[in-house]
Amino acid sequence: MTIQGTAHRVGAHIDTDAIIPARFLVTTDSAELGANCMEGLEAGWIKRVKKNDIMVADENFGCGSSREHAPISILGAGIPVVVAKSFARIFYRNGFNMGLILLEVGDDFEKLGDGDQLEVDAEKGIIKNITTGEVITCAPVPPFMKGILDCGGLVEYVKERLSN
Amino acid sequence: MPKTLAQKILQAHTDETVKEAGQIVRCNVSMVLANDITAPLAIKSFKAMGADQVFDKDKVALVCDHFTPNKDIDSAEQVKVVREFAHEKNITHYYEGGEVGVEHALLPELGLVGPSDIVIGADSHTCTYGGLGAFATGMGSTDIAGAMALGETWFKVPPSIKVEIEGTPGKYVSAKDYILNLIGTIGVSGALYKALEFSGSVVDDMSIEGRMTIANMAIEAGGKVGLFPVDSKTLEYCQAAGRTGDVELRADEGAVYERVVKIDVTGMKPQIACPHLPDNVKPIDEVKNMKIHQAVIGSCTNGRISDLRIAAEVLKGRKADKNVRLIVLPATPSIWKQALKEGLIEIFMDSGAIVGPATCGPCLGGHMGILAGGERSIATTNRNFRGRMGSLQSEVFLSNPAVAAASAVAGEIIDPAAL
Repeated sequence: MTIQGTAHRVGAHIDTDAIIPARFLVTTDSAELGANCMEGLEAGWIKRVKKNDIMVADENFGCGSSREHAPISILGAGIPVVVAKSFARIFYRNGFNMGLILLEVGDDFEKLGDGDQLEVDAEKGIIKNITTGEVITCAPVPPFMKGILDCGGLVEYVKERLSN
Repeated sequence: MPKTLAQKILQAHTDETVKEAGQIVRCNVSMVLANDITAPLAIKSFKAMGADQVFDKDKVALVCDHFTPNKDIDSAEQVKVVREFAHEKNITHYYEGGEVGVEHALLPELGLVGPSDIVIGADSHTCTYGGLGAFATGMGSTDIAGAMALGETWFKVPPSIKVEIEGTPGKYVSAKDYILNLIGTIGVSGALYKALEFSGSVVDDMSIEGRMTIANMAIEAGGKVGLFPVDSKTLEYCQAAGRTGDVELRADEGAVYERVVKIDVTGMKPQIACPHLPDNVKPIDEVKNMKIHQAVIGSCTNGRISDLRIAAEVLKGRKADKNVRLIVLPATPSIWKQALKEGLIEIFMDSGAIVGPATCGPCLGGHMGILAGGERSIATTNRNFRGRMGSLQSEVFLSNPAVAAASAVAGEIIDPAAL
């Protein structure tokens, strides 16, 4: 599966309060949460995003709360992939469970500038920067987590386990 | 092979052999937790999974403590979803209203979590129970839903960092200062994906409440768990909470640690985490002339009885500055009652404090203490992210309870020793 979109650069230690502040946690609706995505970083941030755009972050993306509303709001905003130097642990797990693609690229995130056109092959872990011609390869998804992804996420994985 | 505390507890809950960091193991869980913000999503996922019953009605806790007493219609609807689910599934440990406390203060007090347990919660501060020697960690709602259905979850075995705390602390320096100092030293991603294991003479002498304060903020260094050895003090605490059968637990001699960090508390000044990250930590002497508009004493970090006692000691016979809203929230109903019995509530009220119900409210900018633009709060809570307590143009400084109380009196951040 290839995704093509514009990169939106954010900084280091982007916390879950920045992704979706507490005042919006009175719903589980993805469209509503998506409309307020990154509202804690900058009011109206969402206005710059088009469907299939890609978020690019520095280290420890998603630190803080366990709120699953955070990956849901990113997906709800139309962003299917986050590429980061590193992810916070709970967010990383939540992302996979929700079907948000997370690619950890270490220092190579620097090669993905704000506004660059990117093409991401999530399966192969290849990110092509169309604007600069640069190609980045990232670590494969751990096999156990791939098993969950192959089932279609954790909901389907548990569903299958329960039916056996 | 000698094992760390984290490895020993994981091993006790799995049929697989725990060999090395990075290995993925499936473990059964002792307790699964969610709150009024995260449970509605977990319930949604639980239903989508086609689950009918929870794996064990005594091993699921649902605590409505974040937006409660309900701040608006939406939050009331969320609690209604949780309440109806709890009733329908016959869940034993459902808490709201007058029974509710801040979850991470409430569960240990009720004896629902303890040594060698594996506890997972849809709340990042679930790591608090590491103070009791539990492998306790936060996860998202869907992971929690899976565990509610199956009674198990998966973990990547974490590498461990050993933290040795030694020395003799001063009067107004306590557990919160040690953990802030550590986070300031290793950074907010210093323990990313890792376990923190605490030891040293200060830890041996420390109360269980202090240990929970430290474990609570392991996540602020990115940690998966913050673990303490289980000693006679832990067992005493757990017995008083009604638990039986717990035994002492220590890491094996020769267990391998990725890194050892030493903290010397002798001569340490109270530590302040300045905006907007918990690792922006400075000794209080470097935080000068910082006027405050609000002081919050409470939360899962520092809302326990020992925290209220030290705050009352500072506030006794003194008044909060007229420009400061001092908010005191005892973390559970029984802490509230104890504070009342000991005369602490009267001291707080005489000092001009607003004494509120047990709630997480202001800690996460939920309600009961939201900041306006340009306002500054000192708080005994655990996060000072930008906009955490309200406006994006507000600021939160984190401190121990004595400092928060003294600062309320002075109207600016101050060392209690200088009051």
